[in-house]
Amino acid sequence: MTKQDISLTLSASALTRKYGNNVAVSDVSLKLKKGEIIGLLGPNGAGKSTTMKMITGNLAPTEGSISVCGIDLIDDPILAKAKIGYLPEIPPVYKELRVNEYLKLVARLHKVKPKRIRLAIENAKEKTGLTEMSQRLIGSLSKGFQQRVGIAQAIIHEPEVVILDEPTVGLDPNQIIEIRSLIKDLGEHHSVILSTHILPEVEAICDSVQILHKGKVVFDDEIEGLRQFRSGKSIQVSFRNSPSQEMLESRLTNVKVSPIRESVFRLSGLNTDDDPTDKLVQLSVDENWGLTELVGAQASVEEVFVELTTRDNLET
Amino acid sequence: MIIVIALKELKSMFASPLAWVVLAFVQGFLANIFLKQVDTFMIIQAQLARTANAPGLTELTIVPMFGAAQMVLLMSIPLLTMRLISEEKRNQTMALLVSAPISMTQIIMGKFLAMVVFLCLILSLIAGMSLSLLAGGSIDMGLIFANLFGLLLLGMAFSSIGIFISCLTTHPVVAAVMTLAIFMGFWVIGLAASDPNSWLNWVSISKRFEGFMDGYIALPDVTFFVVVITLFIFFSIRKLDSERLSA
Repeated sequence: MTKQDISLTLSASALTRKYGNNVAVSDVSLKLKKGEIIGLLGPNGAGKSTTMKMITGNLAPTEGSISVCGIDLIDDPILAKAKIGYLPEIPPVYKELRVNEYLKLVARLHKVKPKRIRLAIENAKEKTGLTEMSQRLIGSLSKGFQQRVGIAQAIIHEPEVVILDEPTVGLDPNQIIEIRSLIKDLGEHHSVILSTHILPEVEAICDSVQILHKGKVVFDDEIEGLRQFRSGKSIQVSFRNSPSQEMLESRLTNVKVSPIRESVFRLSGLNTDDDPTDKLVQLSVDENWGLTELVGAQASVEEVFVELTTRDNLET
Repeated sequence: MIIVIALKELKSMFASPLAWVVLAFVQGFLANIFLKQVDTFMIIQAQLARTANAPGLTELTIVPMFGAAQMVLLMSIPLLTMRLISEEKRNQTMALLVSAPISMTQIIMGKFLAMVVFLCLILSLIAGMSLSLLAGGSIDMGLIFANLFGLLLLGMAFSSIGIFISCLTTHPVVAAVMTLAIFMGFWVIGLAASDPNSWLNWVSISKRFEGFMDGYIALPDVTFFVVVITLFIFFSIRKLDSERLSA
């Protein structure tokens, strides 16, 4: 093992998963360093969950290899799984058990030492804000709290790698903020992989991001790269005395103008070297268009997906 | 680890009314039959005393109860095994067990152990009823032991088949109906095997159990049950493993 490998907590290379002739995931590679948070982003059916199931040993990859802290998941699954905490899409909770009973069961399943079980349960409950729910039946908890039980379950044995499949789905905005800060805290001592289809979520908490589309990685970069990719792509403008679309297009070169509603336009395809914003303001004053609004809009998830996937098509 | 899973399973069983209802049904039904047999014995006791080589108290009261217990297990085990795997799949909790550092073998063995513990509970109720006769007479302990042992093997064989069927579906009720259908099939084979030389005798679970009811613990019969149990536990493990590979 080389020195570089030691800092890697998880490395998956060339993962491919086929269901019959249908390729769900193809050639996905992941490298995770200690204390790093990676976001897997993608629309529904992009292969996020399948990738996570493979990394956690719930699904065998058709091709490719996975190693956790240098232990091969396929050769030595039991040792490797001990280092992983996994929250699937649907929290795997037993509704007939109380929160305490459930966490005790999970701690035992994950081979937490008997002496440490009490402490581990208290820690996990405190981190996820479940302390007051200890004696409640899981079935009687709201969706948000069940989700927290799911997260508590994934971190109770202090695994090296925490894998969270859409951890904020079904939570209210306050809970989402709490869970996000919890994930950030986790990222300081553990490596975290989380999947989501919410772009701002990835920007808020992840160190790097992989975007999947139809089972393939279409974007793989640090979070800064994603920010740059998203920003400066388009601006939204509105006028009091609106010029026509043709007029705008002819006066501003290299810009695609699309009307949003009356006197409101979206200018896209902007070039960072040749930013037309300044020129637009100048024109508005000269021609008395009466510019009332100018918003630098960041590309939305949909736009990023469209851009990435069309770019991908052009390349291939 | 096997014990952790078994304890969890027992907790879930007794957290729902099902386990209690099954226990009450088994006990109520068998107690009825037992009392009826004791009643009959009291009436014909005088006649028996005059007959040479007459069947004893154990043969006339306890053994028929074990015969009925076989039918009771046939009906109640599908209800107990139906949810063992199928419900884990249905509620997506299987991921918890599969992601934990334990093997599929441990998962299945844990579930099977929970069933064995539950069977022992039923058996101890039956044994308690049998031993209550000690208050008024002497009974054949060897015969009771052979019956209990046979019933345990029968219950374990039924449980392993039930667990395997539970691996095949995500609907507990479908699992229960399928398991019951298979047990009924075995029972029909037993009825059809009237000719003692027919091969049907060889595969019939109820015919195998009859030996134990007569007080014989025969090696071929014990082997038969052990093979059935091992085979279906092995099938269950393979089934779960293959789901990871191909599903």
